[in-house]
Amino acid sequence: MSYALALRSYEFWLAFYKRTWRGSLATSIVNPVFYLGALGVGLGTLVNRAGTTPGGVDYLAFVAPGVLAATAMQVGTTEASWPVLGSIRWTRVYYAMLATPLGIGDIVVGHQLWMATRVATSSAVYLAVIAAFGGIQSPLAVLALPACVLIGVAFAGPMAAYAATRERDGAFVPVMRFGIVPMFLFSGTFFPISRLPVVLEWVARATPLWHGVDLCRGLTLGTITWSSAVVHVAYLLVWAVGGVALAFSTYRRRLLK
Amino acid sequence: MGESQQLPLVRARGLEKRFDDLVAVDGIDFDVQKGEAFGFLGPNGAGKSSTMRMIGCVSPPSGGELRVLGLDPVKDGAQIRARLGVVPQDDTLDFELTVRENVIIYGRYFGMSRKELRARADRLIEFVQLEDRADSRVEPLSGGMKRRLTIARSLINDPEVLLLDEPTTGLDPQARHVVWDRLHSLKHAGATLLLTTHYMDEAEQLCDRLVVMDKGKIAAEGSPVELIRQYSTREVVELRFPTEPPAEIATSVDGLARRVEMLSNRVLLYTDDGDRTADGIHGRGLAPQSVLVRRSTLEDVFLHLTGRTLVDE
Repeated sequence: MSYALALRSYEFWLAFYKRTWRGSLATSIVNPVFYLGALGVGLGTLVNRAGTTPGGVDYLAFVAPGVLAATAMQVGTTEASWPVLGSIRWTRVYYAMLATPLGIGDIVVGHQLWMATRVATSSAVYLAVIAAFGGIQSPLAVLALPACVLIGVAFAGPMAAYAATRERDGAFVPVMRFGIVPMFLFSGTFFPISRLPVVLEWVARATPLWHGVDLCRGLTLGTITWSSAVVHVAYLLVWAVGGVALAFSTYRRRLLK
Repeated sequence: MGESQQLPLVRARGLEKRFDDLVAVDGIDFDVQKGEAFGFLGPNGAGKSSTMRMIGCVSPPSGGELRVLGLDPVKDGAQIRARLGVVPQDDTLDFELTVRENVIIYGRYFGMSRKELRARADRLIEFVQLEDRADSRVEPLSGGMKRRLTIARSLINDPEVLLLDEPTTGLDPQARHVVWDRLHSLKHAGATLLLTTHYMDEAEQLCDRLVVMDKGKIAAEGSPVELIRQYSTREVVELRFPTEPPAEIATSVDGLARRVEMLSNRVLLYTDDGDRTADGIHGRGLAPQSVLVRRSTLEDVFLHLTGRTLVDE
């Protein structure tokens, strides 16, 4: 693997994105406006009246970093599913790259860098919208951007590794249904995991998304502690590095027969 | 200088490729010299594509020795691929991009500058006669045009060896001739071509030298003319029948040909003088539906070596 070569494959994804950037930019602005409007403002009015948010924080400020982290997860997962399988089965662009000096490592890293870019741009837009809704309470919030990139890769790495072993995109449905959607709902995104039954609370604690949500929330609210930050980052790094390492091996097995 | 000229660009000794229990390539030896057009002729499943993938450094050999441009494909894959051109069996073009963009983005993988690529892309697009379509998207192009674009793209790095895996499979006859014409032109410019095909006419058209592959092994090697001389006769008389030829025909044509092959709907008589053999047929009162006298081809060589036809009937 060499970064110079990985950047050449990254460049392909950039050129590829030029066709669809308008639609995807619109989505990344519209989504946070909808979510923060409905949950932060709409539902938030009710929650605030009950006065039951942890630490008495405004519900919009509570839910915004949760949805931010969950969006990083979704973008990372989506970018690592269809585009990876498509590059093997439909456009076959991985094979085109393999006929040139690019190797497996360059192809994996170039594509992961691209997924990280997509997570970074959509998270940056998200953070700006949160700020516009008045949901940011600490300058530490700028660190939520790299945190989101880490969350994105923690999902994109393992997902790309998995996608490279599949024949059909139907294989992604159970991952979304039984992995991504429950995580989105129950990993502290909308309510604290302490409200879950004890067993499920521990399950939630084991998910990478909960670590991402808690990290982002600590940063935008300014309540983060060093010890929790280190644990969250380390845990997410294990998923990211482990996932990318696994992708090296599944890509190699699939493409270099 | 003399010695480096003799060094083969591709050299295989006892080369093997196994997938679990399946032996795709079973210990083959060959050398490809600079400036040569070298072919692998054989039916589907003969091991041609596996061999090509090993040469293209995208499939590690399971055994034996392989050197490409004097380097080891397993260790020096990136270095070798930087000097190869690859036309894969299935196009790997980006259908959403234009013809020109496809060439340029591919050139970027080789680390060439955009400025240099723009000039080169124009020349190559012209070479494959797609200049009218340079700015159209790839998707609506015909199969032949797509294949020519793949060839243009494979030349972007000025490759020392061009690998073509089934270059005209799936194309209509006219499109095949255009592709052949472009490959001839490369050949005359001194390019080294390595191609696989299951079309004997393609092998005859393009190859200076070829190996006939069957079930992972090399059954014969030589130039098309040598192979025909060695394994066949000058001419062939084909007797065609509407149904399966009567079994007794084998004895009734006795003495008219050097060798007889019975196929499902025709009988082939291998002879040095086709007209005389054909006259003999009529003289013996045999009445096939039609009698055709033709030159011997590589198909006949393949049939003789393996007992089977190249393309399933």
